[in-house]
Amino acid sequence: MIAWTIYLTFAGAIVLLFAPRVLARWIALATTAAGFATSLIAFFQIPIVDLAHFKTIVRVPWVPMLGMEYHLALDGISLTLVLVTGLTALSAVLFSWDVEHRQNEFFFWLLLVVAGSYGVFLSADLFLLFVFYELVIVPKYFLIAIWGSTNKEYGAMKLTLYSFFGGALVFIGIIAAYVTAGSLNLHDLAEFPFPLQLQAWAFPVLFVGFAVLAGIWPLHTWAPTGHVAAPTAGSMLLAGIVMKLGAYGALRVAMNLFPQGFHMWRNEIAVFAVVGIVYAAAVALRQRDLKFVIGYSSVSHMGFVLLGLATANALGISGSVLQMFSHGVIAALLFAVAGRMVYRRTHTRDLDELSILQLNRALPFAAFTFVVASAASMGIPGFSGFAAEITILIGTWKAYPLAVWITGAGMVLVAAFTLRALKKSFFGDSQPAGSATIDPITAAEKWGAGLLMFATVAIGIYPKLLLDRIMPAVESMRFLK
Amino acid sequence: MVGIITALILFPLLGALFVGTARPNGARGIALGFNVFTAILALILWRDFDTAAVGLQMIERHTWIPAIGAEYLLGVDGLSLLLVILTSIIFPFAFLAQRMERGACALMLVMQSALYGTFTAQNFVLWFLFYEMSLIPAFLLIRIWGGDKRDRAATKFFLYTFLGSVAMLLSFLGIYLAKGTFDFAALTALGKTGLLAGDMAWLAFAGIFLGLAVKVPLFPFHTWLPDAYETAPTGVSMVLTGVLSKMGVYGFVRLLLPLFPNQINILAPWLLALAVCSIVFAALAAWAQSDLKRMVAYLSINHLGYCMLGLFALSARSTSSLIDMQAALSGVFMQIFNHGLTAAALFYYVGLLEQRRGLRGINDFGGLMQRTPLLCGWMSVAMFSSLGLPGLNGFIGEFLIFKGSFAVAASFTAVAALGLLVTAVVFMRAMQTLFSGPLAESSRAIVDLTPSEKLVVVPVTLLMFAVGIAPQFVFNIFNTTVVQMARLFA
Repeated sequence: MIAWTIYLTFAGAIVLLFAPRVLARWIALATTAAGFATSLIAFFQIPIVDLAHFKTIVRVPWVPMLGMEYHLALDGISLTLVLVTGLTALSAVLFSWDVEHRQNEFFFWLLLVVAGSYGVFLSADLFLLFVFYELVIVPKYFLIAIWGSTNKEYGAMKLTLYSFFGGALVFIGIIAAYVTAGSLNLHDLAEFPFPLQLQAWAFPVLFVGFAVLAGIWPLHTWAPTGHVAAPTAGSMLLAGIVMKLGAYGALRVAMNLFPQGFHMWRNEIAVFAVVGIVYAAAVALRQRDLKFVIGYSSVSHMGFVLLGLATANALGISGSVLQMFSHGVIAALLFAVAGRMVYRRTHTRDLDELSILQLNRALPFAAFTFVVASAASMGIPGFSGFAAEITILIGTWKAYPLAVWITGAGMVLVAAFTLRALKKSFFGDSQPAGSATIDPITAAEKWGAGLLMFATVAIGIYPKLLLDRIMPAVESMRFLK
Repeated sequence: MVGIITALILFPLLGALFVGTARPNGARGIALGFNVFTAILALILWRDFDTAAVGLQMIERHTWIPAIGAEYLLGVDGLSLLLVILTSIIFPFAFLAQRMERGACALMLVMQSALYGTFTAQNFVLWFLFYEMSLIPAFLLIRIWGGDKRDRAATKFFLYTFLGSVAMLLSFLGIYLAKGTFDFAALTALGKTGLLAGDMAWLAFAGIFLGLAVKVPLFPFHTWLPDAYETAPTGVSMVLTGVLSKMGVYGFVRLLLPLFPNQINILAPWLLALAVCSIVFAALAAWAQSDLKRMVAYLSINHLGYCMLGLFALSARSTSSLIDMQAALSGVFMQIFNHGLTAAALFYYVGLLEQRRGLRGINDFGGLMQRTPLLCGWMSVAMFSSLGLPGLNGFIGEFLIFKGSFAVAASFTAVAALGLLVTAVVFMRAMQTLFSGPLAESSRAIVDLTPSEKLVVVPVTLLMFAVGIAPQFVFNIFNTTVVQMARLFA
C-alpha cells in the first residue's frame, strides 16, 4: 500500500493542471496529507520483522528486453525516508499557503519533486531509481527560477548543473553495474560478486555522483546558493528531502553494490565528511544572510550523515539514516522560519537588519519555533538531532576515534553560529524603529511548524521508534557481512 | 503508574505549559502554585526515603534506546535526595524574589524540571539529556531579561558550558564503546580496574573534567561566571548559584571521582592547587569588586572551591583514614546544601537593594542601618552564614571539609584557610560601607522590608539557624551514602 504514496502524489499533480486556481492549494494539501497518512499507516501497520529486508511490494515487467522492471520494495530505511518525505511535503504546502503567483504550477512542480522522491526511496530497480532521481531535478529548477528570490537564476542554474553532473556520474556507475552483472534488479545486484578492479573505480564514481546531491564537501557549493534562492517550500524540500536522495543513493546503491570498493575508499569519505562538518560550520559563522547560515548548517549536518556511512558499522549507518530523518525535519523547520515567517513579513534576511526589529516581541510564536529548531540543530538532547548524532558518534568511535574529537569541535562551532543567528534574528537589542506593522503568524504556519516540532521532539525523546526499524535493515546489508 | 520521581520531573514541565497559556500577570502565581506541588512531592520522597538503606531507592527503570545503551533509569540516594530538596527550596525562593514575565516563568520551570532530572537520573544518556536541558532556558533568561552586557555574558555562558558538555559527551561515548554500559552504578563498579587503557583514559578524563570544571566552575574555567551572575535577573542568579552550580559538583562526586580514581590520584596535588586557587583568588577578586552582585558572584566561586578541596583531598588516596574521608565528604555535601541556601539568600538581598535604589555599587549606599534596620539585620545573618560563623549553616560544612582535608593535605588546607580570612574581610567591609557610617544622601528614601518580603526572609533565615544549630536532620539524609562512598574511594 505504501506504493500509493507515489501514485497519489502524481495524481494530485495532474489534477492540479486542470483544477481551478482557488482549489490549488487545497488539492496540494489533500495530496500531501494523503501521502503522509499513507506512510504513517504503513509505519504503524507493517510488522517490524518485515522491514529487516528490502522486500518487494510491486513487480511488473516494463521493458523486458533490457531487463527493466517497475519494481518497488520496502525496508526500514526506505520507510523512514518515505515518512520524512511525507512530513516535509505536508508542512511545505502549509508554509506555501501565501503563494499567489501561478499557484497551480507552483504546487504542480512541488508535487512532482515529492512524487519523484517517494519513487527513489521505494525503487528496487536501478533504472527506475535513476528515472525518479532525474525526475526530481527539473521541477526544482522551475521552482527556484520562477518563484525564488535573491539571485534566483544563478542559484537555479548552479543547482541544476551540479545535479546533472552528479546524475551523469551515477549513470556511468549504473551502466558499469548493468553491463557487468546483466541485471538492473537491486536484489540481484546486491548478490553479484563484482570484480575488485571494477569496484575500485565504479564505487567512487557512483558514490560521488550521489554525494553531490547530499552536499559532500567540496562539491557542496550548490546547496547554500540553491537554498537561498529557492522559495520557502523549495528550500524545505531541498534540504528536507532532496539532499537525502543523494545520501540514500550512496547507501542503497553505491555501498551495497560495491562493498569492497566501499571499504577501499571509506577513509577518504570520512575525511571529506569531517572537513565538511567543520568547514561548513566555520563558514556559517561568518554569514550575514539568515538563509545562508541555515544553508551551510545543512551542509554541516549532512557531513554527519556521510561520516556515519563511512564508519561501516551498523550503529554508525543507522545513526546516519536517523540523521537523514532528523535533518529533514529540522532543516525544514529552520527554513520555514527564515523564509516564510521572517522574510515574508520583514523583507530582509540580513542578520544586522533583523537585530533591530526585536522580532521576539512581534512574533513570539516564530521566536519559540526558532528556539526549538536551533536547539534541535545544535544537538541538544531531547531533540532528534542529538539522538542521531550520538548514534553516529558511537559508531565513529569504533572506526575513527580521532574523527570524533574533530567532529566535537565542529559541534561547538555549530552551536556558536546557531546561537549567533538566533540572537541576532530574534533577540536583538535596540528598540524597534517605529512600530512597523508585522502580520501575525497564520494558522497554516502554526500547523506546519507544530507538525515538524512534534516530529523532532518525538523522535528525540523516543528514537527507538525509528531505530528499531532502521537497525535490522542496515544489518542485513551486504557490506557489513 | 507514574513513579514519584517522574512526577517530580514532569510537574514543572506541566507548569511551564500552563504558564505559557496563562494570562501574563498570573504567570508567577501559577509557577509558585506548581512549586507547592513539587515541594510536596519532594517531602513525600524524603518521608519514604529509607535513610539506613544502602544504594539507590525508588528506582524507576524502563527500556528507552537499547541500541545505544540508554535506559530510562531514575533513582535517589542520599546525595540525590539532598539536591532534590535543595532545588525544591531554592526555586520558590527565586520566584518570590522579583516580578517575572510569563516567558521567564516558563523557562525557569523548564530549568527546574531539568535539575530534578539531573539529580535523579542514573544512566548517562538520560542524565546528559537533563544536564543540557537547562542550558537553553538559562541562556534565554540571561539574554532576554538580563542587565547590561547581557549579550556577551549569555553567549559566553552558553559556549563555555556547551564546549565542556561536548567534551564530556565524547568521552562518555568512548567509555561506552569500551565497556558497553552507560549505567552509573555499573560504571562505578568498573572504575576501580580502570575504564580505559593508556592514553584514552587520560583523554576521557580530560574531557569529563573539562565539562564539569566549567560547570562548577573551578579556577581557571570560571571566567564566564561573574559576567553571567552579575547580569542575570535576581531570581535567575539565585537559581544559577543555588542549584545550577551544584550540577557540576554533583557530577564530580557521581562520575569523575568513582570513574577515574587512578587519574585523580596521580593528579591530586595539581587538582588541590586548582581548588585552593579557586578559594583564594576568588576571595581576593571579591574584595576588589565594587559591584555587590559581582562580589557575591566571586564569593560563590570561593565557596564552591571548598567543595572541590574536600573532594580532591579525600580522593588523594594517601594514608587517610576512613573517618577523615567521611568527614570531608559529609562536609562537601553539607556545603553543597548550605552554599545553595546562603548564596541564593545573598543574591536575594542584593536584589532587594537594587530594586530600591536602582544601583548596586557598594558605594551607592551608606548608613542603611538608620533607615532599614530590619533589612540590614536579616541581611547580616546571611552574610555571617556565608563567612562561616558557628551557629549558622555555613560553618558546619566548612569545618568538616577543613577537618577532613587537613589530615590528608595539610599544606593545601592551610593556604585555603587564607580564603576564609579574606572572605571575612570582604563581608566586614561590605557591612561597614552599607549599613553603618553616615547616612548617604542617596539612601535616604530607601524603605525597609515590606510584609511580603518578611514572609520570604523569615523562613529562609530560620532554616539557616536550624541547620547551623541542629544539623543532624540534614546529616541523616546522606549519612549512609557518605559511608558507602567513602568506602568506595578508600
